Amino acid sequence: MSRLQSPQELEALRKTIIGRRHPDQPCITICNGTGCHAYKSEKVISAFSEEIERRGLGAKVDMKVTGCHGFCERGPIVVIYPSKVFYQRVAPEDIPDIVSQTVLDNKMVDKLLYVDPFSGEKFLYEDEVPFYKRQQRLIFGNNGRIDPTSINDYLAIGGYAALSKALTKMSPQQIIKEIKQSGLRGRGGGGFPTGVKWESCRKAKGETKYVICNCDEGDPGAYMDRSLMEGNPHSVLEGMTIGAYAIGSNRGYVYVRNEYPLAVKNVTIAIKQAEEYGLLGENILGTGFDFRVTVNRGGGAFVCGESTALMASLEGRVGEPRAKYVHTVEKGLWNQPSNLNNVETWANVPLIILKGADWYNKIGTEGSKGTKIFSLVGKVNNTGLVEVPMGITLREIIYDIGGGIRGGKRFKAVQTGGPSGGFLPESLTDLPVDFDELTKAGSMMGSGGMIVMDENTCMIDMAKYFLTFLEEESCGKCLPCREGIKRMREILADITRGEGRDEDINLLKRLSVTLIDTSLCALGGTAPNPILTSLRYFKDEYEAHIKEKRCPAGVCKELISYFIIEDKCPGCGLCVKACPQEAITFVAKKKPVILDQTKCIKCGACYDICKLGAVGVR
Amino acid sequence: MTTDIETIIDRFQGDKAQLVSILQDIQAEYYYLPKDALEKVSQILDIPLSQVYSVATFFRAFSLTPRGRHLIKVCLGTACHVRGAARVLEKMERDLEVSRGETTDDLKFTLETVNCVGACALGPMVIVDDEYFGQMKTDKVEALLTQYE
Amino acid sequence: MKELTTLTIDNRKIQAEKGATILRVARDNGIEIPTLCYNEALEPYGACRLCVVEIIRDGRSRLVASCLYPIEEGLIVKTASERVIANRKMLVELLLARCSREKAIQDLARKLGVEKTPFRAEYLEHNRCILCALCVRTCQEVVGVSAISLVNRGVEKEVAPPFLETAKACIGCGSCVYICPTQCIEMEDIGDTRIIHNWKVEFKLKKCKVCGNYFAPEAQLEYIRKKWNLPEDFFDVCPNCR
Repeated sequence: MSRLQSPQELEALRKTIIGRRHPDQPCITICNGTGCHAYKSEKVISAFSEEIERRGLGAKVDMKVTGCHGFCERGPIVVIYPSKVFYQRVAPEDIPDIVSQTVLDNKMVDKLLYVDPFSGEKFLYEDEVPFYKRQQRLIFGNNGRIDPTSINDYLAIGGYAALSKALTKMSPQQIIKEIKQSGLRGRGGGGFPTGVKWESCRKAKGETKYVICNCDEGDPGAYMDRSLMEGNPHSVLEGMTIGAYAIGSNRGYVYVRNEYPLAVKNVTIAIKQAEEYGLLGENILGTGFDFRVTVNRGGGAFVCGESTALMASLEGRVGEPRAKYVHTVEKGLWNQPSNLNNVETWANVPLIILKGADWYNKIGTEGSKGTKIFSLVGKVNNTGLVEVPMGITLREIIYDIGGGIRGGKRFKAVQTGGPSGGFLPESLTDLPVDFDELTKAGSMMGSGGMIVMDENTCMIDMAKYFLTFLEEESCGKCLPCREGIKRMREILADITRGEGRDEDINLLKRLSVTLIDTSLCALGGTAPNPILTSLRYFKDEYEAHIKEKRCPAGVCKELISYFIIEDKCPGCGLCVKACPQEAITFVAKKKPVILDQTKCIKCGACYDICKLGAVGVR
Repeated sequence: MTTDIETIIDRFQGDKAQLVSILQDIQAEYYYLPKDALEKVSQILDIPLSQVYSVATFFRAFSLTPRGRHLIKVCLGTACHVRGAARVLEKMERDLEVSRGETTDDLKFTLETVNCVGACALGPMVIVDDEYFGQMKTDKVEALLTQYE
Repeated sequence: MKELTTLTIDNRKIQAEKGATILRVARDNGIEIPTLCYNEALEPYGACRLCVVEIIRDGRSRLVASCLYPIEEGLIVKTASERVIANRKMLVELLLARCSREKAIQDLARKLGVEKTPFRAEYLEHNRCILCALCVRTCQEVVGVSAISLVNRGVEKEVAPPFLETAKACIGCGSCVYICPTQCIEMEDIGDTRIIHNWKVEFKLKKCKVCGNYFAPEAQLEYIRKKWNLPEDFFDVCPNCR
């Protein structure tokens, strides 16, 4: 394979690749994203390989192992092209049926179809499944169509056409203008207008300019960037290369979290392939433009998601942020102009260049254009990764796409923006998802984590959870963050233990002001958000904990007790064995067990193990 | 045969800026960061030992003490937390008689926590070495631990 | 010719060199701003946040660290507004909970009218270190040996020698001791030996050929001698006698 020397050669290659494929032939795509992997999708994959070989179908049936399809709740996911028959919860034992019935005979394997739990309706094709129907999967949808380790797959779906157009038909200024006009805003959490950032970096004075991709996705509960990087690394590289050309940079870095080895692997393979094809590295597409990209792994520090800390880590130093009075676009990596963008932001770039800013900015709201990928998780029925147009309401996401609250419980709150974000209550479910709307409500868009909580979630426990997380992740350099977060967490812990005092709320507010006003970086600066939003919307819970020593949600250990619901307990003794403190005594068969409260440590083992709901919480 | 430090550093052409990556490769090779390895890194890369030590203690990926044969990672991401991951962790700590971040005396297990592995639909999530165990509950912990030598 | 610019600090119009920090300009003009981690001889660090001041630009105000913020034309600065003082008080309350016995902190508290801390002070109450990192930065930037560093992160952060053992690169100059604002580095000169307890180091002191006093660690003198290419016997006589 000799490197492509012109846009014409690229298109000729693309044509050849497509020409060799058989779009009418059945193609079995199997999701091997992290979620499905945890569901043992590897076994499904080998089962398909074996079956296809056993039946000698190699020439007639294609098989593709892809990245995340998004509907993680129902994995392992298998989608059969060209009709896109959608199968969920596929087990290795199902493969012979799938092959003989669907692949060879166009008949459905009923039990693998998605059934709406409320209406009982069966859905055959992916696009009809309610989870997908309301989404607009402009970026993420491609995951299901390609093997991420195959550059040919990416070319077959139109990959690198945007780069070709940008390098040969547009000037750097035109590209920047296009990105500005599109209204694209950073998808990593900051929401800064991307075009403006690129323009500042282009104008900045410096010998060498750097382009960086931030894949340090640290918000617990968010895994969009991971799935994008694992499932479609070329889309990110293409975006970066276009950006580098626009800014005037020849050197790029992809910074990936240490905890994402598959993402590291797949983007490394993608870089190598792109270089081989002349789509990266020296003299890209024969235009004379050079752009070299290397992959760096993070070391396990949430703070390295902050741009200056990330750059410090790239320089071999500890991930301590610095004040951004002089922006990184002027003085960043090695004190040179550096443009850092999030994975999803880069992935939006090829789309904007190809389809144009005016097409793109019709999607979304006035202040927030395009789509956003969210990780919809927690107490919702359809957990997974969803891509929706900005402006869609939380209600639509949680109920129409998410399928409502698990176990028929009541919705209580949704958390967006990770530890820097906030809790939004039921009264705000009709809030449109939009950078400014979310910020006005006290939360923020963040990187896209969307955690749904029900009546059994204690908001103070959740605030404590986030503060505990931040306490461990604080770099420790500045006083307010290092000491302030610890103290806030201590106060919350006191409150959850029933040791809260009346003045605690005021103290929390004062601490919050100082952290927001004086912290060195946004980790400390946004740390109060979980507390401030829970105080704003769930003040009554604080009062219950402080004044009444009561946890209404039944979560805070010191304030709850487990008890045996006697008329439900048949005396099977499972809980007796499970109890680490031997606090439960077996009386007799068909008689309820007895729980000794004085010995109980509230570990919840009995609650977990009882299948008959005979253990209650109050 | 473990790869020696010089070879690992060579992979990165002796680039000081790649300190974090170099330490990661050393950690992958030796299961922790031995003191003499760090001293060698300081020497060869011409970085003050105090700085190498700073970096080694700053990032959670690194361990300065030997780790267990099996690495247990309990996910404490928000989604898993909401589904009761804290109780699973407590049970593990009780059963193994260690706190998170520690290694059992017999060097069999190291118990750690992670923040979100991206399998939120299956929370609470526990990963042992490369195997994923979803929907963990306190009553499933004992069975899980006895699987390992 | 240095470019000058005009800004307003506490309602006073001041002319100063463009790009200078607010702190420098303020101090040059007799306006006091408290600091803990700042020292003229070192790069500003921005960790203690005590030097925060309120700046107003385009009608919006925010707090910035004056030791780092470069002045601009038309900048409006308030060094002791209500918002600034309220924040400084909380910062001192946090400090007191970490290190309440130190005179430097107690003085600060008194100046701001802070009597006690609302937080539990059993944490590090006996520790005097406020993590200003002046010692580390001095050792790195001025002395140049980087014998000690900031270790761990978050609340576990501390100043320590590598592996918490003898700081092999230390030359015993004692700069860290002199610069520490809370006297938490213990150094003793006993006879011909200097011990710096915190870094677990011991040094032989050099004796002056003329007056017979022990005046500096041999290791330190050797380091200076090598760095500046001085003759072997350069430090045989102490500075006083030379």
